[in-house]
Amino acid sequence: MSSREDILGRVRANLHRGATNAAAAREDILAALSNRSHGPKPAIDGSPQALLERFRLKSEQQSTTADIVAGESDVPAAIARYLTTMSLPKSAVAWPSLAALDWAAAGLKVDGRGARDADPVGITGCFCAIAETGTLMLCSSADTPATVSLLPETHIAIVNASRILPCMEDAWALARKELGVLPRAVNFISGPSRTGDIEQTVVLGAHGPYRVHLVIVAD
Amino acid sequence: MEIKSMRFKANASGALVNTVLQGNLKTSKGKFVTRRAETIKELDDFEGTRDAATAIRNRVIDNLDLWLERFEQKALDTGAQVLWARDGAEVCRLVTEIALQHGVTKVAKSKSMLSEEAGLNQALEAAGIQPVETDLGEYILQIDNNEPPSHIIAPAVHKSLDQVADLFHKVHGTPRKTEIPALTREAREVLRSHFLSADMGLSGGNFLIAETGSVALVTNEGNGRMVTTLPKVHVVITGIEKVIPTLEDLSTLMRLLPRSATGQPISNYVSVLTGVKKPAEHDGPEHLYFILVDNGRADAVGSDFHAMLRCIRCGACMNHCPVYQTIGGHAYGWVYPGPMGSILTPLYAGLEKSIDLPHAATLCNQCGVVCPVKIPLPDLLRKLREKQTERGLRPLTERIGLRLWAWAALRPKIYALGAGFGARYLKWLAGGTDRIRLLPAAPEWTLGRDFPAPQGKTFRELYAARQKPAKETT
Ligand code: SF4
Repeated sequence: MSSREDILGRVRANLHRGATNAAAAREDILAALSNRSHGPKPAIDGSPQALLERFRLKSEQQSTTADIVAGESDVPAAIARYLTTMSLPKSAVAWPSLAALDWAAAGLKVDGRGARDADPVGITGCFCAIAETGTLMLCSSADTPATVSLLPETHIAIVNASRILPCMEDAWALARKELGVLPRAVNFISGPSRTGDIEQTVVLGAHGPYRVHLVIVAD
Repeated sequence: MEIKSMRFKANASGALVNTVLQGNLKTSKGKFVTRRAETIKELDDFEGTRDAATAIRNRVIDNLDLWLERFEQKALDTGAQVLWARDGAEVCRLVTEIALQHGVTKVAKSKSMLSEEAGLNQALEAAGIQPVETDLGEYILQIDNNEPPSHIIAPAVHKSLDQVADLFHKVHGTPRKTEIPALTREAREVLRSHFLSADMGLSGGNFLIAETGSVALVTNEGNGRMVTTLPKVHVVITGIEKVIPTLEDLSTLMRLLPRSATGQPISNYVSVLTGVKKPAEHDGPEHLYFILVDNGRADAVGSDFHAMLRCIRCGACMNHCPVYQTIGGHAYGWVYPGPMGSILTPLYAGLEKSIDLPHAATLCNQCGVVCPVKIPLPDLLRKLREKQTERGLRPLTERIGLRLWAWAALRPKIYALGAGFGARYLKWLAGGTDRIRLLPAAPEWTLGRDFPAPQGKTFRELYAARQKPAKETT
């Protein structure tokens, strides 16, 4: 007998699986998958201003920094300012989807591609953001490679204020609506990578970025 | 992993007199507990969220066979392969086969407790494949002669900064560093090269999502993302009980898991991974395998211990356990320590191989109170004690003693006589003081504490004496 049959067979026997309870169980499975009911969610003020404020506050509590600009065309200059303040290199890798921004005008050398080990700065957008926990949701694709938010020591994310949603449940609803199927990787990112594995003392910059900076576009 | 749970008593005694370990346990004690207490306050309806999480887990394990089939079908649709393993040996065989098939020489591993259950690292090494643990805690243990983890969330919690500093200096041959950030950077640099050169990434799975055939991975360090993004092969090893229905359910569970584990509102990285790299994509594995492991789980389904399958491996029960806090995780002798380990080890590794574990608890129910999926841990521990007695697994002296007691307890006159004799004997033993320093019949009991001396009369004698004057006045 295959391991699969052996394991499933024992589970079935232990659940006294028969035709009647199988039918009821199948119904419950269909109900669970079609209702997609959710548990209690924290009460979050859904007005755009409140969402923006909460998102920013929660992000900062995760050691993320944030800046707000008026429109998308202001993003390259804002990023250049941040890199100067932090004494970081003016060259970065960015999602190919962002290659059209006028980086050169802000004095930045930006390559649109997947990240390599030595890239010091990675610039991404995000699919949406979550106010509840100050979290970014990134979806992988050819135009939005996952490595850009992972390998560089500095991750800069552009967030459109209109895409800040209250909870993770709202993010899934939006993904179903806009993407249909899930991309290969959905990454929820909440601040710089960290570890507490030595004496439970939290240190930023474990394997991923040391710092995460947001440029929020007020659109 | 080899089971050393039979040595629980000796291991625990050793832990108590190990001053270095005691110091380290003291350093970490309470940190997770305090942070958890603070972050659960952010949820308006924490109890309701626990109930919802409990219902989600019950929904799946109550019909586990059908949910597994549903998950499997979805995962296959995404281009993943789904394999099944009865036990640790089969996990080792499957992973080795996959590695050989893809010409893998190095495996970068993110934390997987199941690979500990299976003893996978040893098997890979034996096959000439290099396993590299990339979770900082697991890495520290791996380079320290493959020491086993002592906590499911913070595997190296028993080690001090000094010990890690010595270890890195010795193993990496670098100048000794004494700051935690510097040590973390050193590990980052060593491990970065492994991430880039590994041909296979291996991870556990916090949840398997039936709706989409995805695996959800929760990490803080980012190593989980590395091993599932860079190598060309990704192997997920999880227990068969890890399925949850929907992405909404993941959202509910994610409100509880990080808070219960480390007291974070959310972990840094929550990755939901579905299928393999698309043709035009820059990154992601070309091959994705799920290995769904039984190793004792199928037999727990529908048993007295069914509720244990709800466990989401947060570690809150051990963080809050007075026994765990005092002896640390190694004394438990297998992969899972603390209250959940005292139940899982007998279930998965054998009750006869872990005789003391169900007794390694005061049944204070701290664990039951904090468990995010409301597993009645003390009840299950008590059930295991019953099973031990039923199967005649307790020591002979204990069995005879209990028989004698039961025989007397069913005969009130004899019981009263015995109790009266006992109370007077103990009073005599106390020699006029209010405490007994050494109980000759149970010297272990008085090893670290005194036994309060009875007054010389039994409850029943006192009760009878009180009833008499009461009757006379009416
Ligand atoms: S038994 Fe409960 S508290 Fe313990 S690890 Fe499992 S889910 Fe967490």
